[in-house]
Amino acid sequence: MSILAFILVSAAAIYFFAKRIVSVRRNIFLGREETINDRSSERWAQMTRVALGQSKMVVRPVAGFFHILIYVGFVLINAEVLEIFIDGFTNQHRIFAPFLGAFYDVLISFFELLALGVIIACIVFLARRWGGLKRFKGLEMQGFPTRDAAIILIVEIILMKALFIMDAADMKLSNGEHFFLVSSWFSFWTEWFTPAQLETISHTAWWFHLVGIFAFLNYVPYSKHFHIFMAFPNTWYGSLDPAGKLNNMESVKSEVKMMMDPNANPYAATDAPLARLGAKDVQDLSWKSLMDAYTCTECGRCTSVCPANQTGKKLSPRKIMMDTRDRLEEVGKNIDQHGLEFQDGKSLLGDYISIEEIRACTTCNACVEACPVLINPVNIIVDLRRYLTLEESNIPAEWGMMNTNIQNNGAPWKFPATDRGNWAQNNG
Amino acid sequence: MTSSITTMAEMAAKGEKPEILFWVGCAGSFDERAQRVSKAFAQILNDCEISFAILGSEEACTGDPAKRAGDEMTFQMQAMMNIQVLDAYEVKKIVTACPHCFNTLKNEYPDLGGNYEVIHHSTLLQQLINEGRIKLKDGGAFKGKKITFHDSCYLGRANGIYEAPRSVLEALDADLFEMKRAKKNGLCCGAGGAQMFKEAEHGTHEINHERMEDVMEIQPDVVAVACPFCMTMLRDGVKQKEQESKIEVLDLAEIVVRQNG
Repeated sequence: MSILAFILVSAAAIYFFAKRIVSVRRNIFLGREETINDRSSERWAQMTRVALGQSKMVVRPVAGFFHILIYVGFVLINAEVLEIFIDGFTNQHRIFAPFLGAFYDVLISFFELLALGVIIACIVFLARRWGGLKRFKGLEMQGFPTRDAAIILIVEIILMKALFIMDAADMKLSNGEHFFLVSSWFSFWTEWFTPAQLETISHTAWWFHLVGIFAFLNYVPYSKHFHIFMAFPNTWYGSLDPAGKLNNMESVKSEVKMMMDPNANPYAATDAPLARLGAKDVQDLSWKSLMDAYTCTECGRCTSVCPANQTGKKLSPRKIMMDTRDRLEEVGKNIDQHGLEFQDGKSLLGDYISIEEIRACTTCNACVEACPVLINPVNIIVDLRRYLTLEESNIPAEWGMMNTNIQNNGAPWKFPATDRGNWAQNNG
Repeated sequence: MTSSITTMAEMAAKGEKPEILFWVGCAGSFDERAQRVSKAFAQILNDCEISFAILGSEEACTGDPAKRAGDEMTFQMQAMMNIQVLDAYEVKKIVTACPHCFNTLKNEYPDLGGNYEVIHHSTLLQQLINEGRIKLKDGGAFKGKKITFHDSCYLGRANGIYEAPRSVLEALDADLFEMKRAKKNGLCCGAGGAQMFKEAEHGTHEINHERMEDVMEIQPDVVAVACPFCMTMLRDGVKQKEQESKIEVLDLAEIVVRQNG
């Protein structure tokens, strides 16, 4: 009975998780094609350093330290979750114990210390978040994003608590055979119950932890917490080029080549419909920008260093990423409900991100440098600017003048090109 | 004092080719303040007997601000015309005092067929000092002066060049102080991404004024820069804070020339 229940719960959880992953993958590949598979050894090194090694997290030492507590705890405690799984399949309890002997208690005690670390880190993070740290405020954080953060931290604390309750009950039941370090500090309450009650408590805690993990697994891909998976592919695919390099628009290249080639036949152009220049909606962005959006955990390090944001402009790089994700989710839902061709008349630019926001960017790359998981908000901003400029000719008058001057005089100011070398003549 | 600056065309007429092309950029060519940097840098090249030339009227905007404003068409037309000129003169090596030109020529021209060895003048100055070709006087104009360096985004974060400009300043007899936001955390001057050429969006204050707060904490005699646009923005900031009599904004090349002047 217990095994059957376990298998049913596990199968359902894994089925829904896999289904969600497939739909996220489809959404990401709604984006524009871009081949990223060069220099793979550098990519593995980058992923190892940045995601596995948390190299950019520790730039801010306090957050970095507590984040590593949660991260290491999460990864290593999964060894205990493996035991919980095998126990579930075999209807055993603590199946590893007989094999490992005394070392089992050492191992579980070690996991308990990690779990304690996770609880402490979660409490610290809750305190930072609701203790007025400016980085976690901001317009884009109102409503779900703040609730989402609270849910994640509180659920993590409860899940760890369930482990301690199970361990303490089992320790008491074992009559001195087992000793688990951290739960022994908090095991006073086991005196109040009979062995049969403790048996029920342990069993309940086991189920609670298991169902909790599955619930968490299925919540994560809808949450900012998705970064725990996405950080890995996103850092693998992250740019290896100097941050200052903006990508070349190949579609423009062929057009410019033709304009500059005196032998080109303007009528030789194909009848194929021209792809949109720049980005108006999420499908026009590179798939990597869409992966960036699913990877963002809304920590706000980007926004806290953005010169535009710090001087009161509307631009917030974090909002750019959150808007991209929200819009992509909406487009995905539309496709699920109405098919691939459905248009809802909305777009990323305009309905989510305003022109004023993207105009304020200085492309200084502070946000790119600050992101612990190699997200690049500048690429999205520039793609949106490209759409406005190339498709709608919607640019500030001053930029229009600048572009005209560049085309006519070879400089953004209105100086004659012939005077360009004058400074060198009267050099004295 | 040798101060001749020849153009590629003049050299080509004599059947000569320089060792390096000095890409002056729009600011270095037309902005009066930045012209003084161009002159100082040309003087250093001459003093070090480096064979160089400029393109003069054959040089045109790299297209950087157009690209960043979203006008890829204008950018690529500029780039392709410049590449034609550079390739016609068989240019191999380029030095520029503008981090924006530097970034575009080095990182964005290769995709359009322009492949050159591009260095920023801070890197060349560092090399010349290390090789002993620039000998900075002991004492000199900056002895005991308080200097701080403002990182240009397109030199620093964009291309990872943080040490070259600092090593130039460390070779002086001055005291180098770092602002609270420096190197990877350096705060933008507000000019990048084509912001130089339009009014800022509505906000609480200007970015260069925000940056001046960092400068004021140091109370330096000199703010050293390595970018003509940072120069404009910080000079405006100094004016706004009414610090013209106390704080000077100077480019690395000017500092080198003045130290030995």
